[in-house]
Amino acid sequence: MAEEKIYFYPVFIRLWHVINALLCLILIITGVSMQFSNPKYPLIRFNIAVSLHNIVAILLSVNYFLFLFGNIVSGNGRHYKIKFKGLFKNLTVQVIYYTKGIFQKEKAPFPINKERKFNPLQQFTYLVVMSLLVPVIIITGIALMYPDIFIPLKFLGFSALHLTDLVHITAGFMISLFMMIHVYFCTIGTTPITTFKSMINGFHEAHD
Amino acid sequence: MRNFFQSKIILAALLLVVFSLGCLNLGTASNTTKVDTLVKTEQISANNTFSKHKNSSENEKCFQCHGQSKYTYINDGTKKVVTKKMYVELILKRSVFYESNHREFKCIDCHSEEYQTFPHAGTLRMEAKPNCLDCHGGDEKYAKFHFENIDKEFQASVHSEKHGSDFTCWMCHNAHTYLITARTSDNIKLTISYDNAICLNCHSDINEYQLLTDKEIPNLIKKHDWLPNQKLHFQSVRCIECHTKKINDSILVGHKILPKKQAVKRCEECHSTNSVLLASLYRYKIKEIRSSQGFFKGVIANDSSVIGANRNFFLNVISVIIAVFVLIGIFIHTLFRIFKK
Repeated sequence: MAEEKIYFYPVFIRLWHVINALLCLILIITGVSMQFSNPKYPLIRFNIAVSLHNIVAILLSVNYFLFLFGNIVSGNGRHYKIKFKGLFKNLTVQVIYYTKGIFQKEKAPFPINKERKFNPLQQFTYLVVMSLLVPVIIITGIALMYPDIFIPLKFLGFSALHLTDLVHITAGFMISLFMMIHVYFCTIGTTPITTFKSMINGFHEAHD
Repeated sequence: MRNFFQSKIILAALLLVVFSLGCLNLGTASNTTKVDTLVKTEQISANNTFSKHKNSSENEKCFQCHGQSKYTYINDGTKKVVTKKMYVELILKRSVFYESNHREFKCIDCHSEEYQTFPHAGTLRMEAKPNCLDCHGGDEKYAKFHFENIDKEFQASVHSEKHGSDFTCWMCHNAHTYLITARTSDNIKLTISYDNAICLNCHSDINEYQLLTDKEIPNLIKKHDWLPNQKLHFQSVRCIECHTKKINDSILVGHKILPKKQAVKRCEECHSTNSVLLASLYRYKIKEIRSSQGFFKGVIANDSSVIGANRNFFLNVISVIIAVFVLIGIFIHTLFRIFKK
């Protein structure tokens, strides 16, 4: 098996990634704790969960903007440029590979190389998460932090605060699902820990 | 001679008139002033907005003076028109009374009939105010309100314990103005601001507060510094949600006002599945919405805001189901990867 090591993950990406992962994890745990809060069985005491959630959310937002800045400056952002031509077909091919081909030892339809850091499904998912869900959750989060300033009392006859909260927790839930699948997909490498290693040393082990 | 007799008869008649008037005056008040209301700054015509209330014309006799800030009468001694200021405590706006729960009552249904005599006898000031149970206690018509249970809770409240019988129902529920909102208004914000105004009537007004104590009035904003989004909390919940304990579930609003140290301070008491708000503030409204708009809208689209998203029962169930399916999918995928090697 020919193996090629590509230095895909510069220090800033690795630092951003690990910080982002930890912050996301804290946000999910504190979020779930608030969502299913129960005075008798608190996962985290409510007021602590709220404070922690708020502080970590601010850190995550700062980290997000550093990520945007880093991607623009370093040129890493080019890997997120999606090719809309044939996108649906490419996504289907990749989904079929993950649900069928991968078990039959088929070659990956979009192998990773220097020019292609992400397969189309990865690219599409990361784009949806990073350019749609994260901005939505940051904006609704800031609004919920300062509801008296940002949230009008009613929107289309409903409580605007309630609607903002629903959008926030829905986006949070979708990001949580993404996290579960994202972590699992990291185990699909040469070995189950190969990808985790590359998060530390920065080298992606491409294989055919 | 004839003229002499004529003048004597006229003089006697005059004396008789003066004597008769004197006797009449003795029958009214200790002084010689006969009072007669002359000027009405707020004349109420038969077609006014209040005339739909069955006792409005009868009550108007009282409102002519008590509905405004001044009243006018003729001092019989000086024959002059006198304008006096009405004590603020004795003024009742028609618009407020005719919006209140007791709007269809006659003033003398509760007040002594002797008030129909003017000026009112001084002893009437000592007349005891009726309390709520005097009318509402033991009456089938009001059984659903459980006034007896309300009274039990009220007797156990910090207000009763500290001030005894000096603290009456009237302190919060002025029978002239009180309007029940929790069971009648669709607007929960209105209920919140109305009910909070009852507390603030004393707790933000030094004059009212010091009627029962010599203590300085605490600064409520500072006392609630610990509360995140304080302004929003004040707009979205009633003081009583945290400062009362409901002993008996038969009543809608707890009347056992707690000492400040026992007030709810844990966020989860409201922000959780069994939010205390569900037992009080939202209880009636949720029931109403469910019966009028169906269970789904009652749960999903209510106005309850962020009091613990578990309130959105269906969304929570759906989210748990989706998460479980994702985990099952991952598990199956892992198994296939292991066994298809």
